[in-house]
Amino acid sequence: MHWKEDKLVDKIGKKGAISIRNVTKIYDPEGVNVMAVDDCSLEIAGGEVCMIVGPSGCGKTTLLNAIAGFHSITTGEIYLDGELLCGPSKPIAEQGADRIVVFQHGALFPWKTLIENVAYGPIVQRNLTKSEALDKAGQMLSEAGISDTIHKYPGEVSSGVARRAEIVRALINDPKVLLLDEPYRAMDALTKSIMHESLLEVYDKTRVTIFFITHDLEEAIFLGDRVVVMTTRPAKTKVILDVKIPRPRDYQVLSSEQFRLLVTEVKGAVHEEAIKAFEAGERELA
Amino acid sequence: MRRAEVELIMKKRSKFEKAITSITFWRGVVALVGFVVVWEFCSKYVPMWTGVELLWIGKVPPPSEVLDAWKEVFFLPGYWESWYLSTGRVFAGFIAAQILGIPFGLALAVNRYFRDIFFPPFEILRPIPPLAWVPASIIFWPTTEMSIAFVTFLGAFFTIVINVLGGARTIDVRYLRAAQSMGASQWNLFSRIILPGTLPSIFTGAAVGMGITWEVVLAGEMISGGGGQQASGGLGFFIWSSYMGGTVATVIVGMISIGIAGYLSSSLIRFIGDRSMPWRRLF
Repeated sequence: MHWKEDKLVDKIGKKGAISIRNVTKIYDPEGVNVMAVDDCSLEIAGGEVCMIVGPSGCGKTTLLNAIAGFHSITTGEIYLDGELLCGPSKPIAEQGADRIVVFQHGALFPWKTLIENVAYGPIVQRNLTKSEALDKAGQMLSEAGISDTIHKYPGEVSSGVARRAEIVRALINDPKVLLLDEPYRAMDALTKSIMHESLLEVYDKTRVTIFFITHDLEEAIFLGDRVVVMTTRPAKTKVILDVKIPRPRDYQVLSSEQFRLLVTEVKGAVHEEAIKAFEAGERELA
Repeated sequence: MRRAEVELIMKKRSKFEKAITSITFWRGVVALVGFVVVWEFCSKYVPMWTGVELLWIGKVPPPSEVLDAWKEVFFLPGYWESWYLSTGRVFAGFIAAQILGIPFGLALAVNRYFRDIFFPPFEILRPIPPLAWVPASIIFWPTTEMSIAFVTFLGAFFTIVINVLGGARTIDVRYLRAAQSMGASQWNLFSRIILPGTLPSIFTGAAVGMGITWEVVLAGEMISGGGGQQASGGLGFFIWSSYMGGTVATVIVGMISIGIAGYLSSSLIRFIGDRSMPWRRLF
């Protein structure tokens, strides 16, 4: 249980502040420059749930990849807790366990059982011995409501259980930031609502900073502290909405007037950009 | 533990029952029996009753005659020695190809310099059929045995390398990124992510490579005469010498023996594959 308490004491609103300053990314496939992100700035406070919405292929994932250290940026800087992740002197950030990505279609290792997947991080970082890591993994999985299937392979469990296990696999590393790239895409509405509740539960326990990309506006408002609407490519922030719905939140929120007004507001902003993107008619770019 | 045991027993029983009760199994049995009956009928009874020899099958001895020939050789040590020699050559070549081919393929996949240097010559050598190597191989190697083993090795090697390379290159980049961001070292990335991620392709390569080694070893034995001694040059030589001796039924015994040997070898690979990739055994 101790992992929870540590965090409650010293993590709330402190660690995991991301500062994106004037970031531009130009892709250069086959000599044709494509500007994916244009002079984008965004301040995310430590412990904030920041939801990024925008038309398909607008450059949201580019931003996430830059923070995670998968791709370089062309100009600008990104800081994590005041330390430079990437900038002019260092175009690509180092990958590290302080920023962990949960991918679109899930990236649990198919050749490891759920518990082995979760224990992987602490084992390779040599923070814990193998048996300690497995114990902790089992404990964290059961706290996330997964206990019967911990010795099963990802291919044997439902997508909901797999995705929850993947978030546990990220959290066991005690990251400052969780980077989620449409993790609940292509899930049915019921599973999705269970996922939301469990993510909120995790968040309330850990207060980890969450950078969450989605297309689902209701999801964005239900989960987020702020919703950042991006413009169509090249991406920059168009509108930032504060979601002042108190936590802990539950599904009652969805039928409140406040929630509906926010949805309408975001929809307006996104719709405009979606039309622009559609008219531009360009192929999606990751 | 007890639960796991119960599950195991349940699984075993249902697997056996499935095999016995499944329509697929019985269709297979009926098809094999039907094939033999038609063969026997066409090759023996049609000429017997009508005096007409059928076009192709009339030249083939009927199964009853093949069975008699089999009974005859079954107790001869030479027949089993042929099995032993061919199997030994197949596995020697096959295992050598795995030992060299898997690391070579992985190295091609993960190291760009290595790939830039070794891939072009590999691609030029690859299309050369293994049998085209036979004369050169006989010149290169001091003994016939070694030249057969070398040709067998080549048959499997190229297939294995290509499969390993393809498999390792198509590992989902998200697994690599996930592992790296969780702090995996280069060695860990290789041994815990790339290697298991490539296993399915390694076994595909092994299954195909095993088939090729059987083809190659047989041809090699026919051409080189195996060890030179009568009836001890492997199954390829067994067939060849039976043909020279004019006993067609024994030729067919040799052919069926190869079929069985090949089937057993690929079953072995499937079995090992199932064991080493439990996550693929989901259904």
